[in-house]
Amino acid sequence: MIAAAALILGLVIGLVLQPTVPLALQPYLPIAVVAALDAVFGGLRANLDGIFDDRVFVISFVSNVLVAAMIVFLGDQLGVGGQLSTGVVVVLGIRIFGNVAAIRRHLFRA
Amino acid sequence: MRPARAAVRWRPRARAGMLIGALCGLLGFALAVQVRSTQGSALESARQEDLVRILDDLSAREDRLRGEIADQQSAQAEISSGSNRSGAALQQARKRADELGVLAGTVAVHGPGVVITLREGSQRLTADLLLDALEELRGAGAEAVSFAGDGINGRSPEVRVGASTWFADRGGGVAVDGTSLTAPYKITAIGDGPTITAALNIPGGVNDTVRQAGGSVQAEQRGDVTITSLRPLKRPQYARPVK
Repeated sequence: MIAAAALILGLVIGLVLQPTVPLALQPYLPIAVVAALDAVFGGLRANLDGIFDDRVFVISFVSNVLVAAMIVFLGDQLGVGGQLSTGVVVVLGIRIFGNVAAIRRHLFRA
Repeated sequence: MRPARAAVRWRPRARAGMLIGALCGLLGFALAVQVRSTQGSALESARQEDLVRILDDLSAREDRLRGEIADQQSAQAEISSGSNRSGAALQQARKRADELGVLAGTVAVHGPGVVITLREGSQRLTADLLLDALEELRGAGAEAVSFAGDGINGRSPEVRVGASTWFADRGGGVAVDGTSLTAPYKITAIGDGPTITAALNIPGGVNDTVRQAGGSVQAEQRGDVTITSLRPLKRPQYARPVK
């Protein structure tokens, strides 16, 4: 409940303040957001499975974001930033789909 | 003991909840920011290398288009100057063709002039007399002359006078360029009316000669006379322009 409320609060703040993304962060933010979404869906699934753990969630969230950003950074350094970003998004998308499928099974038994 | 334990257990949980909330809040915030920044323009969220590539593409395209513009402009300048030149040349040529047409008798002309009627009296009006009259008119500056007379079948043929015009006595009348005319002759001349009239009236001139032959000359100055008869254009058989 706290998490959902905070998510909505963050959305509202972001929409109201409309800050510009710092140039240095611009390549990383979209990937980081997708990675964080993956962590959140993973946490939701774990919660429904009854194996949710605060520590695991926090660590997976932070590490997801950091690893995603690091991959993008590495890709930029290697000159394949665009392709690597796409790869990361694809992988995270598949994971999100998997998690959402699990959540769906829990909620709808289907 | 129990409350203390609960408090001890509660605090880490609360801290973890706060942390999770903060992370989720951060996610929501980042999500909103990212969505907003993407909605602006496609270029705004493009990566630096992509932007550089796009810029390269655009500047290359700009160079190409500028080159094209320069080419087209030079072509346009060329064409317009060429058309001006050829237009002027065409105008010159038309003017020249008109002038030559008036001289050669191949175009209909109008202008101030004199209409002269020669009536026959007791004696015939000969070809010599008509030739004299024509020379007189030419001397007086007539630019276009036509001879008309009663034709054979009641028509009144009109002959435009040109450089090669000839006169001959034929039957009861005169042949002008092969066309038989009979009196009365009507001569239409375009030129300065008073000069022509004066030329006809000089002593020993056309007027005197015709009167001596028993005929009459009637010269009528008009502000605008029209000569519609034309000479056929003969292609020169032997003479060639010197280049």
